[in-house]
Amino acid sequence: MSSVLDSKIPSGSIENKWKDNKFKMKLVNPANKRKHSVIVVGTGLAGASAAASLGELGYKVKAFCIHESPRRAHSVAAQGGINAAKNYQNDGDSIYRLFYDTIKGGDFRAREANVYRLAEASVSIIDQAVAQGVPLAREYGGLLSNRSFGGAQVSRTFYARGQTGQQLLYGAYQSMMRQVDLGQVELNTRREMLDLVVVDGKARGIIVRNLLTGEIESHSADCVILASGGYSNVFYLSTNAMACAVTAAWRAHKRGSYFANPCYTQIHPTCIPVHGENQSKLTLMSESLRNDGRVWASKLKGDLRRPEEIPDTERDYYLERIYPSFGNLAPRDVASRQAKFRVDEGHGAQGQEAVYLDFRDSIKRLGEDKISERYGNLFQMYEKITGENPYKSPMRIYPAPHYTMGGLWVDYNLMSTIPGLFVAGEANFSDHGANRLGASALMQGLADGYFVLPYTVGDYIANTQLKPVKDTDDAFKAGQDGVKSEIQKMLNIKGSRSVESIHKELGRIMWQDCGMSRNKAGLTSAIDKIANLRKEFWNDVRIPGVANEVNTEIEKAGRVADYLELGELMCRDALSREESCGGHFRDEYQVDGEAKRDDENFCHVAAWEWNGSADKAQTRHVEELKFENIKLATRSYK
Amino acid sequence: MSSDKKNINLRLKVWRQKNSQTEGSFEILDAKNVSPDASFLEMLDAVNEELIQKSKEPIVFDHDCREGICGSCGFMINGEAHGPQKGTTVCQLHMRNFSDGEELVLEPWRATAFPVIKDLMCDRSALDRIIRAGGYISVNTGNAQDANNLPIPKPDADEAFMSATCIGCGACVASCKNASAALFTSAKITHLALLPQGRVEADQRALDMVEQMDAEGFGACTTTGACSAACPKEISLINIAKMNREYLRASVTKKEELSGGGDG
Repeated sequence: MSSVLDSKIPSGSIENKWKDNKFKMKLVNPANKRKHSVIVVGTGLAGASAAASLGELGYKVKAFCIHESPRRAHSVAAQGGINAAKNYQNDGDSIYRLFYDTIKGGDFRAREANVYRLAEASVSIIDQAVAQGVPLAREYGGLLSNRSFGGAQVSRTFYARGQTGQQLLYGAYQSMMRQVDLGQVELNTRREMLDLVVVDGKARGIIVRNLLTGEIESHSADCVILASGGYSNVFYLSTNAMACAVTAAWRAHKRGSYFANPCYTQIHPTCIPVHGENQSKLTLMSESLRNDGRVWASKLKGDLRRPEEIPDTERDYYLERIYPSFGNLAPRDVASRQAKFRVDEGHGAQGQEAVYLDFRDSIKRLGEDKISERYGNLFQMYEKITGENPYKSPMRIYPAPHYTMGGLWVDYNLMSTIPGLFVAGEANFSDHGANRLGASALMQGLADGYFVLPYTVGDYIANTQLKPVKDTDDAFKAGQDGVKSEIQKMLNIKGSRSVESIHKELGRIMWQDCGMSRNKAGLTSAIDKIANLRKEFWNDVRIPGVANEVNTEIEKAGRVADYLELGELMCRDALSREESCGGHFRDEYQVDGEAKRDDENFCHVAAWEWNGSADKAQTRHVEELKFENIKLATRSYK
Repeated sequence: MSSDKKNINLRLKVWRQKNSQTEGSFEILDAKNVSPDASFLEMLDAVNEELIQKSKEPIVFDHDCREGICGSCGFMINGEAHGPQKGTTVCQLHMRNFSDGEELVLEPWRATAFPVIKDLMCDRSALDRIIRAGGYISVNTGNAQDANNLPIPKPDADEAFMSATCIGCGACVASCKNASAALFTSAKITHLALLPQGRVEADQRALDMVEQMDAEGFGACTTTGACSAACPKEISLINIAKMNREYLRASVTKKEELSGGGDG
């Protein structure tokens, strides 16, 4: 263990760190900004907001997305809402309380300074979104409406029915398209980043594959922002979209960007259960449903009765029972774990891997119309997928991989261990610790893009000697050659197994041994299994078609190859973190089913350094976490 | 979620086209032992898995979130955009809506402005260019006042939201006999025009977006309503009426831009 990580947290009181830091940052004058270029990889909330804001400032921005349009980025699927410390409800909210809730929600494994800045920015995000025309929900008086989310006792979540991510993304996307129209942002769609180009130790460009022509292209700039999302698809079945991949982040990792806390993954408690072997993804039912829905399981083991036939006296409203002060709004990691315990003990809904989310009482209290107004699109989605009407019988739900708190290590300025490589949104590790609270992902993505990067990128450019670099330089040629030969190598294998079948197998290993609960024996065997599977991939994968046209199997193969390496690292990270915290639950470290942290030995970030080959063990570096404002305490929602 | 219905077998007639330069044709493929709980795309996944086992190229189609919100997926099933279920994208269409032995014809969106890329995948970037022409409010980051300083009547906000739910999938264009993009364009014009923040630029926006829509080669709207009927988000035809009004008023009342203001 070594400590080479400088988090660059500014001095001063928590309230003044960001304010003072902004003033100390160097500025680039408007005439010089147009001489500088920035690459943005990914156009979800973080990427699109960064591209738009940097374009507005006058930088030349090149934005890249894997989709045919930036509007398809997976941020679009976020349902429930976005937190902001507006205190419009007069219910005791403040920037400090949002900061406190987020630190506690993350089980004291996030940086105080970053989280405080996030809470500060939250307020401006709502203003910005409304100014862009984002149609957030309103009350009859014309003012904005709020709902409650898990891990908080105030109502601070802003929303647009069950489509908050869609509306916020369109706001950022439209702002970016305005910059495209003004010539400030150059938009490159259907491009997948396959390598980072580092020149003289600084990130200076990327290698991408044009997904329509198969052409491998080089793009250079003064710095690179990665906003490429999370890696829940390592589990194969997750709530993430099909194209969500770790690839851009992983390729940067292999060029020297440390990967922090890969084992911190969020398993969301309320998803539609798995229906069969051919299932391709899982669908989330928003946490907002827990505002009005009650979670329960039968008190009897092996109860095969239909839920309507089970009287109240035989129902265990276990979240309300165990966590009376937070009830159904306990945080995600806690709620997921309790669902798993009920099912493991034999209380699953009609013998299946599921518990109930019941709206009977709310419908009685508020009427079907009110419930429909709040959650109509979610109820409709549930019915389409399951063929069951949730107004009549309770939803069946079970936890599923949803979000990853881990990601590329960044300092306070969101810069990775490679100078000039910034990482934003879910792709970085910075703000959520070991568990993210609901409605905080949208907040973080937009805080990074609208309100942090426009300052820190400018400071980097103003302070750095950047020699001219062309995309025809040797470093780019070498990058292209590497990418081309790897694609050719995969095509040449001509084995017997489809990419999909290997991905599924990896997902089963990860879910079994590195999912909602982990232990030493399971993780150790998973590491071996994954290493074998990786060998099998490189010996026996079958990819039909050719490289120089649309070939979706090539795309998937590259992503799965990276997931195989990441999966192993996740298990190693989980194995070396000998404590339980947030979403990382080790069977060996618990008190009555609650996570037992070890602050003496593990109050730190673990950041892994690639050592040149997948067969070489990665080096674990440590960044100690200091809690100067919030006292380290056992998290309790009881 | 195991339903009691039995698995089914289907015959698919799928449009296969190598690229935009090559002519395409239909290929007959069997989908065997399909679970009624599978989604339409999961059914195609299984067909593709079989094709790969035979070292044949899988059917290419756009898809991503598979929960009906990203707008990536979409093709014609027996001549209907996104298939037979109302208000549903093809990824949310489940096989329990089909019966054993059915033959299904799968074709890409057919429109001059949406050239086919491969098989069922086509190029819808024209829609981005329409947004780029004016589908935004010109506000830079940091310019905003407090969000609650400007109350917006709930009915207006709700209506703006309904228009803003358009996912840009292109089903409206594909189901229109004129291949018009009026529903898509009008949904954005209406969304922004209903809000006080968007009102400032409403005239110019309507003129610019309509001009771009025409330049992309989309057909004219003859108000048949086929678009709204096929729309997975059930965007109302009223949007088109509102767009026409916005456009007409803007063309009649548009003031010439005077030099000397603004940047002074």
